[in-house]
Amino acid sequence: MIEHIELFFKSIFIDNMVFAVFLGMCSYLAVSKKVATAVGLGAAVIFVLAITVPLNWLLDQYLLQPGALVWLGPEFAEYDLGFLSFIMFIATIATMVQLVEIVVEKFSPSLYNSLGIFLPLIAVNCAILGGSLFMQSREIETLGLAVNYGISSGIGWFLAILAIAAIREKIRYSNVPAPLRGLGITFIVTGLMGIGFLSFGGMLTGGDEEVEEAPKEVVVEATEIEKEVPNQLKIVN
Amino acid sequence: MGLLSKKDAKLITDPLADNNPITIQVLGICSALAITAELKASLVMGVAVLFVLGIGNVVISLMRNIIPSKIRIIVQLIVVASLVIIVDQVLKAYAYELSKTLSVFVGLIITNCIIMGRFEAFALGNGPWKSFLDGIGNALGYAVILIVVGFFRELLGSGTLFGVPVLGDPIEKTGLYSTGYENNGFMLMPPMALIIVGLIIWVQRSRNTTLIED
Repeated sequence: MIEHIELFFKSIFIDNMVFAVFLGMCSYLAVSKKVATAVGLGAAVIFVLAITVPLNWLLDQYLLQPGALVWLGPEFAEYDLGFLSFIMFIATIATMVQLVEIVVEKFSPSLYNSLGIFLPLIAVNCAILGGSLFMQSREIETLGLAVNYGISSGIGWFLAILAIAAIREKIRYSNVPAPLRGLGITFIVTGLMGIGFLSFGGMLTGGDEEVEEAPKEVVVEATEIEKEVPNQLKIVN
Repeated sequence: MGLLSKKDAKLITDPLADNNPITIQVLGICSALAITAELKASLVMGVAVLFVLGIGNVVISLMRNIIPSKIRIIVQLIVVASLVIIVDQVLKAYAYELSKTLSVFVGLIITNCIIMGRFEAFALGNGPWKSFLDGIGNALGYAVILIVVGFFRELLGSGTLFGVPVLGDPIEKTGLYSTGYENNGFMLMPPMALIIVGLIIWVQRSRNTTLIED
């Protein structure tokens, strides 16, 4: 359980897809002019990542890893189809996006219309392929963790594009120098946000070390103070 | 081959400045930022994109009349993915250390928007020779930005260029370090790449005011 929570927060804040590894920057820059469209695209990215990362994990486990083909028969134990990863991942992503598009169009035409061109464009968003490739290179261990990773990376990307869209809407009324207007200032602001997100790097360092000893409880024993109160009645004459 | 005609030469020189894929067309940003902490990695990435875009453009251009429109994107993805697999395997064989530094970003060349962008914008509508030149031009424009960013990041961040110390020895305090100069380790962090590209855009648009957005 703890590793799920750790992976969740790590993927959103520390390994944020936009600020730490710069995935999905093209659509991030192009779509962040209004908050409403940014939210739509962010939600679509979360959805597609949540589906494709576990699917590609299954492919990686049972087809692509060295020795993965053992389930076909023991003589296949030495095959290493790792070099096919790129083509298989991108094929599943393109197919899944196409499927999602068809399903969304059938069951929720209003959602389909509001997403518009973004849904097919997601297939070539490097954040999606990047999610699967990082899942492979970081050797995520279980299907549950893969789902977790997909959703949390998506949420990280969503947070980033939401923040930059909100900022861009506000700075449209600011006095940005002409050559920096639009794209230039967005780059710089994103860089500053990235610096801010670096501060999350210290968030989970406690988890990797040995569990610290519980701080010793300082017990204050109430010592009974025995007072001998001499009850001496002095009769003063 | 002879000299390129004026129009053809423009296909190569335009993306180097006025129609730069990264700073003007806003494509290919992801890898431009992530791997430019070392000049060597930037150069290798530039060469890889040159290979994939040049050959990819030619292949797509040759096939442009027989690709059905509905599966256009899938065909493009397959062509790019195959070329990138070749690049990845060559890198792993001849420059293993570098392939570890570049890690997933070699694979991400597949979704590099410059490649798909040029396929859609140019290769699908023009002949193979022009597409090849366009591919080379855009890849060079991309490589130029990568090299500039990589140059500043490596120089200011670790005082080296291509791994060779050029400002003196930081531990022995020779060269520039004897005046009290310290390496700006922050330059090696990802956010600085974004800020450097922002500054490049500033310079570019100041020199060519037609590029300013409203």
